[in-house]
Amino acid sequence: MNNKRNLCLSGKNVTKVFGLGNKKNVAVDNVDFEFYEGDLISIVGESGSGKTTLAKMLLGLTKITKGEIFFQDKLRDISTHKKKKEYWTNIQAIFQDPFSAYNTFLKIDSVLLDCINMRGGKHFAMDKKIQLMTEACSFVNLKYAELTNKYPFELSGGQMQRLMIARIFLLKPKILLADEPTSMIDACSRATILDMLMNLRNEIGTTIIFITHDIGLAYYISDSVYIMEHGKFVERGTAEEVIIHSKADYTKRLISDVPKIHEEWDLTTV
Amino acid sequence: MGKKILEVKNLTTKYITRFGENVYAVDDVSLTVEEGKSLGIAGESGCGKSTLALSLMGYYFPPLHYTSGDISVDGKLITQMKPDTIRKSILGKEIAYIPQAAMNALNPTQKIISFIEDVIHAHEPKMPKNDIYDMAKKRFEELGLPATVLNQHSVELSGGMKQRTVIAISTILSPKVLIADEPSSALDVTSQKMVIKMLRNLMDKGYIKSMIFITHELPLLYNVTDDIMVMYAGQVVEKGTAKEMIFTPTHPYSKGLMGSIIVPEEGTRDVKLCAIPGTPPNLKKLPGGCRFAKRCAYVTSECKVNPVGLREYGDGRSYRCIIDAEKLQEGYANE
Repeated sequence: MNNKRNLCLSGKNVTKVFGLGNKKNVAVDNVDFEFYEGDLISIVGESGSGKTTLAKMLLGLTKITKGEIFFQDKLRDISTHKKKKEYWTNIQAIFQDPFSAYNTFLKIDSVLLDCINMRGGKHFAMDKKIQLMTEACSFVNLKYAELTNKYPFELSGGQMQRLMIARIFLLKPKILLADEPTSMIDACSRATILDMLMNLRNEIGTTIIFITHDIGLAYYISDSVYIMEHGKFVERGTAEEVIIHSKADYTKRLISDVPKIHEEWDLTTV
Repeated sequence: MGKKILEVKNLTTKYITRFGENVYAVDDVSLTVEEGKSLGIAGESGCGKSTLALSLMGYYFPPLHYTSGDISVDGKLITQMKPDTIRKSILGKEIAYIPQAAMNALNPTQKIISFIEDVIHAHEPKMPKNDIYDMAKKRFEELGLPATVLNQHSVELSGGMKQRTVIAISTILSPKVLIADEPSSALDVTSQKMVIKMLRNLMDKGYIKSMIFITHELPLLYNVTDDIMVMYAGQVVEKGTAKEMIFTPTHPYSKGLMGSIIVPEEGTRDVKLCAIPGTPPNLKKLPGGCRFAKRCAYVTSECKVNPVGLREYGDGRSYRCIIDAEKLQEGYANE
């Protein structure tokens, strides 16, 4: 661990309530969190536990009912569109479904060129732009020469998700929010994508917030783990603490629900 | 040896694209499933798992075309039947299918009970509605689903519940073979476990005689099925019992698949995952020799020229590689 650890994103009493009166539904309930720079943080929970709502609030896509979010120790201000845009240069996201993440009418070149232009590369010569794009593609084990002049729907799901990571590599945000990036991808490409996320962290120092329901993935990839149940964090700590020496019953149940290969899988508990 | 419920011999099916190209998505596949047994099919996306599932039902719609081979269900040869006969007498009664997108399979404007009425009336038009309701209620309760579900619409159910309802509906006629195509990939771990428990329950109570389970999650296959078959680019590359396949995989591709397993157990964190490099070949222009040669770590010059057949080895196992199994195992041990 680093000696000097700066807070990247933190929250105090963050709450999100949907509906009013009888139909009131508290999706995220008074949560506090501290995400440090350069860490890989996992948020684990079942469907409906409020993971994605929290992610949307972090991204500034939905309003917060109560509480504050701090970005680099300063209160996050996204009151105007201009300020929001500035915030989004620092935080980027990868979503679950790679198939619907791309504009079908744009070629892959223009997807990547957009990223370069957004980071002050508008005046670069075409050679330089191509070199940057080739570099980004080779970072995710894709070949630029094979991708050029193609549309996103001509790629497989794993390739699309990798191209998404290439975009992030060009954009170089401070924080990357990955919302179940591997749940629609087969087990073999999943390993590659996880490795790429870890490389991304090592190469450009991005803080990665990884949201998943698979506690096995969280254990493999992350430094610290937050376990979420019904909008609350029931357990938090380093991966070793939470998953190997877990205290909360909910965490233990999540772990027992993962299919095992070295011990008997107990089917009677559900 | 139990009674053979499903027997497939040298099945080949193809897609014809709109440019007239032939894509052989299932190439010379043979398999048998005995009574009370289940078979798991594993492989990357695009290797032909789902096409195999569709072909097994004998229900061919363009662009999918039947080329050669035999499929027999409980002694009946279905590859010679007309599509209409298959639809009326085989589907639902003999073979049931749970599609990959089962979550969206229910019409939101209908109650669950009306789907069941539809299924039963297609095969027994004269059965009264009260009897159907009683039968459905009994079946749902036995499988651990509340009977109130029957009078609800699909939008009122959660994802896991919807998936289990679809399974209950498709097995209501007690089919001999159940083909489950990734029934749990879209669910979280707890709902996934409930789905698996329900499938086990169906097998134990004898409502389904045998099962084919398709997934890319290998730890799941190990816990659910008796045998595992690994497919690559339309071909079977290895077959064996679940235990053999997980602990001593022989084919380099199976070995690679096992290397991508992640389980939350102590000590797995520092082990580097060994993903297989590269991507599967394009089925339109297949390489001449072994289809896996390009990505294989044990490739020889011979691999790229001669096609490889399935080789028998040990106790009912078979694999598709020109290198001897013992040598491959030695190689893995030295890694």
